[in-house]
Amino acid sequence: MIIINTKTYTIPEDLQDKKLSAFLREDLGLTGTKIGCDIGVCGSCTVLVNGEVKRSCRLILKDVEGCEIVSIEGISPSDGSLHPLQQAFVDAGAIQCGFCTPGMVLSALALLMQNHRPSRAEIRQALKGNLCRCTGYQQIVDAVEIAAKTMYPNDND
Amino acid sequence: MEKAYRNDAYAKVTGKAKYADDYSMPYMLHAVPLHSPVASAYLKQIDCSEAQNMPGVIRVVTATDIPGKIKFGQIIPDYPTLVHKRIRSTGDVIALVVAESREQALAASARIKLELQQRPALYTAEEALLPDAELINPEHGSNICNYHRIRTGDIETGEQEADIVFDQEFNTSHVEHAYLEPEASLCYQRPDGVMEVIGSMQHPFSTRRFVASTLGWELKDVEVKTVPMGGGFGGKDDTAALVCARAALCAFLTGRPVKLTYSREMSMRESYKRHPYKMQYRMGVKCDGRITFVKVRMLADSGAYCSVTPWVTWRSTVQCCGCYEVPNVHCDVYGVYTNNIFTGAFRGFGSPQVNWAIEQLVEIAAEKLAIDEMEFRRINMVRQGSVTVTNQVLENHVVSLNEVMDNVLREIDYKAKRERCSFGDPNLDKWYGIGYAISYRGMSLGAEGVDFNSAIINVQPDGSVLLETGVHENGQGAESAMILIAAEELGLPLSRIRYRMPSTSNIPDGGTTVASRGTLMGGGATTNAARILKSIISEALEKHLQQKAVHFCEGNILDESGLVICTWNEAIRLCYSEQIYPYAFGVFQAPRVSWDEDTGHGNAYFTWVYGCQAVELEVDAKTGKVTLLNMVASHDVGKAINPAMVKGQIYGGMVMGAGYGLFEELALKDGAVTAENLHQYRVMRATDLPEMTAIIVENPDPCSPSKAKGIGEPTLEITAPAVANAIYRATGKRFTDQPIKLRKP
Repeated sequence: MIIINTKTYTIPEDLQDKKLSAFLREDLGLTGTKIGCDIGVCGSCTVLVNGEVKRSCRLILKDVEGCEIVSIEGISPSDGSLHPLQQAFVDAGAIQCGFCTPGMVLSALALLMQNHRPSRAEIRQALKGNLCRCTGYQQIVDAVEIAAKTMYPNDND
Repeated sequence: MEKAYRNDAYAKVTGKAKYADDYSMPYMLHAVPLHSPVASAYLKQIDCSEAQNMPGVIRVVTATDIPGKIKFGQIIPDYPTLVHKRIRSTGDVIALVVAESREQALAASARIKLELQQRPALYTAEEALLPDAELINPEHGSNICNYHRIRTGDIETGEQEADIVFDQEFNTSHVEHAYLEPEASLCYQRPDGVMEVIGSMQHPFSTRRFVASTLGWELKDVEVKTVPMGGGFGGKDDTAALVCARAALCAFLTGRPVKLTYSREMSMRESYKRHPYKMQYRMGVKCDGRITFVKVRMLADSGAYCSVTPWVTWRSTVQCCGCYEVPNVHCDVYGVYTNNIFTGAFRGFGSPQVNWAIEQLVEIAAEKLAIDEMEFRRINMVRQGSVTVTNQVLENHVVSLNEVMDNVLREIDYKAKRERCSFGDPNLDKWYGIGYAISYRGMSLGAEGVDFNSAIINVQPDGSVLLETGVHENGQGAESAMILIAAEELGLPLSRIRYRMPSTSNIPDGGTTVASRGTLMGGGATTNAARILKSIISEALEKHLQQKAVHFCEGNILDESGLVICTWNEAIRLCYSEQIYPYAFGVFQAPRVSWDEDTGHGNAYFTWVYGCQAVELEVDAKTGKVTLLNMVASHDVGKAINPAMVKGQIYGGMVMGAGYGLFEELALKDGAVTAENLHQYRVMRATDLPEMTAIIVENPDPCSPSKAKGIGEPTLEITAPAVANAIYRATGKRFTDQPIKLRKP
């Protein structure tokens, strides 16, 4: 049994060795999880497993038995609006080709859940595993800073 | 902070955006390529019998199955979609295996048996130029793929006038685009016979030509549709189009939809790279700081195929002296065939190589003359009314080199900081350095090609607007820029304009979205279309309401005195009721450019942009580790349509350029790329970078209907020499080979 974006799935025996990334994309149609290298170095396939940042191309389904998984499709409110972190990515100009965006958002989300006021250096550290070839990361770091303030307005700066 | 506008941001940030590999179709098959194991051989036989009988395999496709032309190319048709007889490169594809699943196709491709007769291979341009060298493409008649030159002034006079003459060689390496999304395509033949193509490619019209040529069909029978693309940087042209052509071939042969998705390994093995250059410069300077001559010979390694080498090397030719006035120039540039992986378009397009050289060369010259590098640049750089080395007078736009340079030097406090540089001081553990570089860049294609673009604005009966242009969304925000331009011209909120999903069957071929021409050319066409549309609406109002519309503003149409005549929606209703379509087709034809191949003279580009970038860094004296401390850029973009996205281009270009200077090098062994995946090819990560500052300069361009020029490539072309100049001031050592190798092995 695996929980993906709050839905529960029972994984048949013949799929136990399938990569989580491939399962998300091919079996569930959750194509927001991207494949850039398929060896765990680009971060495009990032998901959260029990709140931790993981490369879904480096996991097979039996590795995540009993785990709670969040992919990019699982973080927006059901009314179609955006999570504040997603909104910050939009507003800050943090998106160009968009291929790294889902993974970036999830890595940043995991950081912000732990650290409500990360420094820019801490943000960069948290995003180290996610490659972006378009933006130079600057506006992505801006977005995470902005999101921290929207998500946790009462934390001290 | 000014909020960014992107029409595609919501889809991308929610993961809803569908890239080529995210699509699938019922009864879809999967194809995989089989690459050549060697760089040079005759292909004697392909034995597919075992592969053919593997589970799930539908068909093994080889060159003899191609109904159209086996070879195609944008300039010289020398690239085999599938190898027929002769293997020239380890990127060559010998066969395609089509199966029910990708895994089955991969398993079967390993069972194809090849009989090869290996041939000697040429891995350097110098070897390939030897008189007895074997011809790599015999039908071309020479291993010289192309040649450009400039003969300006008199080189002997330049030598005689010089007080100091010096020679310096510079070398650059193969570089990987490393777009995050590998190539992918999904093709199917529609019931009406049309081959419909989606793919991760940046040139739908170029892709259509590749597909049509392979199938032997007319252009009308192939429709390429655009989906979001995960990065291109010039790299999703030939190879990406070939992937589409192969998928289309398989779809045609099997009668089923076929997806061909490249793994990163396949992509790195086959896709073209940035040209490595060998550049031998000789420069003469006078004691008063004037450059008297530049003589240069460049060899660009084209690899086994031509791709766009003649165009890339043409830009290197035009910009061979950087942004400086040089009265006597003797320039020879050769694109050379080798058996290396082929090379082609890559952001910068022949300028990063020459700027790597020239922006170090001017500092070397300045030092020899004991003139500071700022002064030396100011003495020699182009200004309003200057004549370029190709005899073009820079008079039709604002020449803003001084402005961008002043911006950067002031912002980074260059004058004060250059006094603190370490120059390899043995008493220090950390060496500090600062450096900068400047450039001009000819905008758009120049005399490389025919340069025009179109836009369609189709207003719906409810007043909402469908917009499309011949420009492709490469991820840079092209569609958003077009929407912003249309919204401003028409006085409408952004929410009323939708960029229509582009298709090659719907709008005329607007050329490729390259050369930083998207905003300039597509924006020009959009502006012109919007103006035509306004005149259509104005005529209707004059005829039927006897009112003269002058302003389109905030959803209203106003007369000369600013009084509202009617709302936009009312005007559109009136048009439809009076049998008038509020529909406009706008074209922007680039002003004429000229080029004489013999002299290398002409108005190479119809307008130019100017940029300056500076870098501060620290070098660990023991380990050679470089830490970037600060990067500042200023670029003249004519007009910033979407300022946040302009800054995004600047940051992204600087980072790619800094990586080019510091560590990006794609090593080859026996013509093959040695890096298999991104773990063996380093690109910049968030922790490698300092905070950056981008200063936008806006001198509206009179040649551009929207007043905007371009920004994509200027941002990348000067960072590496700025890094090299900073490294020099940190270490006291000049690094003339890119990338800079400082770390002790």
